Amino acid sequence: MLDLTPEKHMDRTGVLINPCKTCQPVGALFAALGVRRCMPYSHGSQGCVSYHRTYLTRHFKEPAIACTSSFTEGACVFGGGPNIRQGAKNVFDIYDPDIIAVHTTCLSETIGDDLNTYIEEMDIPDGKYVIHCNTPSYVGSHVTGFANMMAGFIKYLAVKGKPTEQVALFPGFVNPGDIREYKHLLKRMKLKNIVFPDCSNVMDAPMTGEYKMYPDGGTTIEEIRALGSCRKVLALGRLTSEEPAAQLKRKCGVDFSLLPLPIGLADTDAFVMALAALNGGDVDAVIEEERGRLVDLMLDANPYYYGKKVAVYGDPDTVLGLTRFCLELGMIPSYVLTGTPGETFVRLADSMFKEYGRENECRAFAAKDLFDLHQLIKDAPVDLLLGNSHGKQIAKAEDIPLVRAGFPVLDRYGHPSLSIVGYRGAFALATKIADALMDAFDRNCADEDLDLVM
Amino acid sequence: MTMDANAKVLERYNAKVFKNRKDHMLQVNHAEEQQISANTRSVPGIMTNRGCCYAGCKGVVLGPIKDMVLITHGPVGCGFYSWGTRRNKARAEGDDPNFIQYCFTTDMQESDIVFGGVKKLKQAIAEVMQLMQPKTIMIAATCPVGLIGDDIQSVATEAEQEYGIRCVAYSCEGYKGVSQSAGHHIANNGLMKRVIGTGDIEPATKYSVNILGEYNIGGDGWEQERILKKIGYEVLSVFTGDGAIERIASSHKANLNLVQCHRSINYIAEMMKTKYGVDWLKVNFIGLEGTVESLRHMAAYFGDPALIQRTEEVIAEELGEISDAMAACKARLQGKTAALFVGGSRSHHYQGLLKDIGISTVLAGYEFGHRDDYEGREVIPTIKDDADSKNIESITVEKDEKKYHAYLSQEQYEKLAATIPLEQYSGMIRDMDNGSYVVDDLNMYEADTFVELLKPDMFFSGIKDKYALQKAGALSRQLHCYDYSGPYAGFRGAVRFAQDVCMGYFTPAWHMVLPPWKTSATLQGTVGE
Repeated sequence: MLDLTPEKHMDRTGVLINPCKTCQPVGALFAALGVRRCMPYSHGSQGCVSYHRTYLTRHFKEPAIACTSSFTEGACVFGGGPNIRQGAKNVFDIYDPDIIAVHTTCLSETIGDDLNTYIEEMDIPDGKYVIHCNTPSYVGSHVTGFANMMAGFIKYLAVKGKPTEQVALFPGFVNPGDIREYKHLLKRMKLKNIVFPDCSNVMDAPMTGEYKMYPDGGTTIEEIRALGSCRKVLALGRLTSEEPAAQLKRKCGVDFSLLPLPIGLADTDAFVMALAALNGGDVDAVIEEERGRLVDLMLDANPYYYGKKVAVYGDPDTVLGLTRFCLELGMIPSYVLTGTPGETFVRLADSMFKEYGRENECRAFAAKDLFDLHQLIKDAPVDLLLGNSHGKQIAKAEDIPLVRAGFPVLDRYGHPSLSIVGYRGAFALATKIADALMDAFDRNCADEDLDLVM
Repeated sequence: MTMDANAKVLERYNAKVFKNRKDHMLQVNHAEEQQISANTRSVPGIMTNRGCCYAGCKGVVLGPIKDMVLITHGPVGCGFYSWGTRRNKARAEGDDPNFIQYCFTTDMQESDIVFGGVKKLKQAIAEVMQLMQPKTIMIAATCPVGLIGDDIQSVATEAEQEYGIRCVAYSCEGYKGVSQSAGHHIANNGLMKRVIGTGDIEPATKYSVNILGEYNIGGDGWEQERILKKIGYEVLSVFTGDGAIERIASSHKANLNLVQCHRSINYIAEMMKTKYGVDWLKVNFIGLEGTVESLRHMAAYFGDPALIQRTEEVIAEELGEISDAMAACKARLQGKTAALFVGGSRSHHYQGLLKDIGISTVLAGYEFGHRDDYEGREVIPTIKDDADSKNIESITVEKDEKKYHAYLSQEQYEKLAATIPLEQYSGMIRDMDNGSYVVDDLNMYEADTFVELLKPDMFFSGIKDKYALQKAGALSRQLHCYDYSGPYAGFRGAVRFAQDVCMGYFTPAWHMVLPPWKTSATLQGTVGE
């Protein structure tokens, strides 16, 4: 496995090998799936959306719907105006969504198609909406696309109004299971809220014997409009949610708190404190119990985490959260890597390493790939890989246990409905990490060292 | 034919879409001459399952070649999505490299789009050479590359001179053509121009064959090779499953080309016949009848009584090994119905395998087939080029006097052509029952509606459909990548397929979909207390 990866690391500027990111449009499509009765729409050649639907379906094991402008060579020359006019009409006629969320592709961006004008001139049925955002595939990553699509919805739909009791929650690039965990915490803290976007009950819809093209979940258009009158936005994921939160502030003057994804203990504490600041300071007893159980586990199992080296990779906010949790567990996140470009990631990771006195033992990298990671590991090995499915080749090549977290998990079932956020998510994750490390020990140890009791 | 499901499906469409889609559907009636529209543009806004030219070129045809580096020149997505997602298996041979687990992309950034991506592509090649020293590098273009005019052909030529390697560039931008099909053609052209005919591996026997259009999904190619070798054939090369450049380069030395997936590779089959005299035979190693027939046709082609006898022995032996298991599955599945919507051959091939286990096909269609895949190759001269197909280069080749070798005499050829499908493919529709439905470029709405109308017990399609169909209550299995299973080809593959269908159909959870409180009373009262 991966036998051709040389041990000696070499800096590259030309080729990316085994990427740790993908392109903007898939993130935009995913964000749009978190809006109720929304049809995501890709303005480009049809291969893009075929790949994106495939990728999302393989992760969620759920249908990921989306339509396309189906560009051909002619449209590249003359522009995609006729394609999107005809496309939007057909989508409304055939699939009857309440809203179409258009994102661009490298194709339509390169030829300079003007979506603002196309949409302005479009004949949109009464009560229906078409919104768009620009997602050039050659800028940023899928995470950027997710943020851009959120900003697109806000730009078109959010309406400034008298502040209400409601709190808006921007969830970050997370799974339906994580959103359920947020909702659990919001409910326990008695906060009226709008979660936007909300892929729960869309990308983990229950089996009922009936296929609904538009499942019951998702943020409604009304709720997106009402974002403009929320009293506060909790924007989770510093690198994912800042842009849409800033957009809402610019447009409707709603203040926001930018918080890390609540992965692990301290970042969940920060989230709960932010919720407490909004509900008058009451923290629900059940939440305190959940926290207590997590700390209990961290102490019980501490010998099996402490000093263990881990490579964390994937999307920036997820990786930052996982990294902090590893540090809290006493682990050493030797390599912390994302494919998404941006030095903020490295800065945030470095300050965390310092906070835990691990600055000489850990290194963070942005805009790198899994080939880099593999070479780093060959140079100085780790005990655990923590990240998406694309690490499984390294795991096999180097015989390192892999705990799956983040996007995408293509090769296992059930993950999207589980959670890694909140105290309960951290509890589950800590259990998985200890299991993986201890299973590896048990599998490889001498017979006389196999212990039944701890 | 009481119900016309096509008409029902079309009811929903506005005039323009109706006009387009009606020609892509028919209900089979062998008493009439029927024509279907295929390989034309998908209607914008329709939730088509089709991919793009790049997907056909890089993803399908070139991707499975294991001992070369394939660089996707473009933004990161295209390379990323086509990385390890087709389950085309490959094993390293000896000390030769196996790059199948790697993904290489130039990850073009905004500045590359503005100032041109050639510099980055050259740098990518330099880095790959420094890191891995491949003997062959191929370059596949994505949409923006053609739009900004990067001259990838010159980059390839330069790389050949600079590094002494083979470097082939494919201008397979996603917007070309109307589906993956254009990409197959572009890949075929490149392999023909730059690879086939350049190798020196000599076949050891006269029973040397290539398997064309076999991508070794789930190990299908390996099962075919196992059977062929057992009979005494030499498989010189496979296009392109578990493919190796040197073997593909030497494939012109084989005596017979076997064409498994007609759609994606028929161009090479035809061109190799013209240039090198290698005859091609349409085969189908999916299903018992197809496999047996294909083996018999091959034996007839070579005409050696010992080979013919050995073929029958192997068929008998292989069938003997699986007959009990097949019969057990058939007993459980007899009378069930299926719908099939796959790329360009499997929707046809799997009908035979389904028949082997008692399942009839009520609906079938291709994602990117052409009319000849539906109606047979005899319609090819009548297919009119449109603006989209004209944009795809069609190359012509000439007889290579030095390398030309015809196995059969003209007289032998003509005699055989009357009995075996030499350079013939009669298409899918001929093998379908009267009253069954054929739909080209089926989309999500149509799939849902046909499931409602025809109520097939199972649907064989791809990942994009899979879970919608399953949620609607139909067993849904992926025939692009076989879920996590396979091989499904040949004799042993047939059993595995049959068992997978049984497993899926009879899985206990199907009976647990409705909770008890939906099917029985929840109140338990005591009366009269």
